[in-house]
Amino acid sequence: MFKWLEKNLPKIVMAPAVGLIGWFVYGFVLWTLYISFTNSKILPKYELWGFGQYEKLWASRKWLIAVDNLLIFTALFLIFCVVIGIILAIFLDQKIRAEGLLRTIYLYPMALSFIVTGTAWKWILNPTLGIQKMFRDWGFENFTFDWLVDREMAIYTIVIAGVWQSAGFVMALFLAGLRSVEDEIVKAAKIDGASLFTVYWKILLPMMRPVFFTSFVILVHISIKSYDLIVALTQGGPGISTTMPALYMTQTAFHKSQVGLSAASAMMMFMAVAAVIIPYLYSELRRENAR
Amino acid sequence: MQDSLKSSSYQQLEQKSKYTNIFLRWFLYFILILFASYFIFPLYVMVVTSLKTMEEIRQGTLLSWPRGLNLESWAVAWGGRGYGAGDTFLRPYFWNSIKMVVPAVFFSTFIGAMTGYVLTKWRFKGDQWVFLFLLFGCFIPFQAILLPMARTLGVLGISNSVIGLVLVHTVYGIPFTTLFFRNYYISVPTELVKAARIDGAGFFKIFFKILLPISAPIIVVTVIWQFTQIWNDFLFGSTFSFGEAAPIQVALNNMVLSSTSVKEYNVDMASAIIAGIPTLIVYVLAGKYFIRGLTSGAVKG
Repeated sequence: MFKWLEKNLPKIVMAPAVGLIGWFVYGFVLWTLYISFTNSKILPKYELWGFGQYEKLWASRKWLIAVDNLLIFTALFLIFCVVIGIILAIFLDQKIRAEGLLRTIYLYPMALSFIVTGTAWKWILNPTLGIQKMFRDWGFENFTFDWLVDREMAIYTIVIAGVWQSAGFVMALFLAGLRSVEDEIVKAAKIDGASLFTVYWKILLPMMRPVFFTSFVILVHISIKSYDLIVALTQGGPGISTTMPALYMTQTAFHKSQVGLSAASAMMMFMAVAAVIIPYLYSELRRENAR
Repeated sequence: MQDSLKSSSYQQLEQKSKYTNIFLRWFLYFILILFASYFIFPLYVMVVTSLKTMEEIRQGTLLSWPRGLNLESWAVAWGGRGYGAGDTFLRPYFWNSIKMVVPAVFFSTFIGAMTGYVLTKWRFKGDQWVFLFLLFGCFIPFQAILLPMARTLGVLGISNSVIGLVLVHTVYGIPFTTLFFRNYYISVPTELVKAARIDGAGFFKIFFKILLPISAPIIVVTVIWQFTQIWNDFLFGSTFSFGEAAPIQVALNNMVLSSTSVKEYNVDMASAIIAGIPTLIVYVLAGKYFIRGLTSGAVKG
């Protein structure tokens, strides 16, 4: 008995973690999946109902707006974060004075919650007292910047705040990547007459392929899950113009009590994340095994 | 220019570029400072706004300097105005968050250290699959577990309580803490463990005598990561708690959204800073570890 215990102690120690994750992650996802195939309203029902909830979901105008917004947000969020992140990383890599201070400034938004930064941006972007008023007081009397209350433009205010929060993170990833390249490679290229621009464009950035990949996965992941920022900045408004899938899911579940429908929307989000993450995990594991 | 330099040595080249690139240098600093102001701008606005009176806010602009050090909105944000109903302020929720963060960080870090230890030093058949099994938990969108979690907390009788949130944050922190410790312990030579095993040291003795003493850096990284994640969480907090058990982010959001007669932006900003200050302090004091956590292949959840 004691022998058995000693031999299996490592597995026994592993058991709580595996059990908890098995139950609370896998079990719960399966439960949500099952519920998405039922006609559950306030309380879950367990009779199967087929794909009805998914049909309802994709016929819902609000969900289509949410998906549309997600696509717009993800595209712009990705482009701006990566471009700004790379520019800052390359510039910081030029033996800059006060690099530490600048790095700290670029990255500090990552330490704050989206609720905190959303509150700040909401104040800055509000037309009556924010940026618009500032420019008007400076003499630009026709200056207008009311995206926050404009149905068409409100989604872009979320992009502004989102990029502000996450661009520094991409900078940190790329800076770490650039620093891990051997100095000799750069020196050799320079001796061969390559300009600094060529060194980065033709040699270093292509070497950063894994960093691009990682940033892409992480940023897409953040954007599919974005919820807090929208709650703090627009609550999905004006109207429903800035709804996103994560907000749609919680509203449908907890305000409208459409449990089956919200489970279906959650599963759509799950599949979107899985489509990005599984290839990523697969390639990461292969890289590790090859090492 | 490129051709003429082709044969010259690297030093000469460096010398040359030193003079020709002065303009570029200035441009470089200009761009870097421009971006720095974009990043610092909201924080600056928050701080100055929190120090102004509403009168000053209406008269001045976003950037204008406050007339004096007016801490009244900070006092109101922290302790309220002292009248009964509808007077929301952050103090009780700040303590809720502390009561939630401390145990959740402790348990998730401890479990992660144990699983990371087993996965690297007591390897068994299929341990890689177990790791993958746990790792996938880093990535699931939490919307896919919200509904059953809400029901489970209800069944356990801990919905709308700090204990419920501790459970939730502990469980969903395990994949991250496991990842951190596993990646750290994998670089510790297994020979150390093997030698200790031959000397008759057991499972826990090896952990506490060999692994734990050298784990300080990864414990710091993990604790900072978990602290930031849990302190800043809004989704779980707003879904599983309301009213008195709410953590600070939820309370902040409620305060800002509450549509009382006059919007007090100075109080809003003071509240936002109060809710952000603990993680900001950690970041400034231990930025190195913070960044290591961010970039060590982990995904912000």
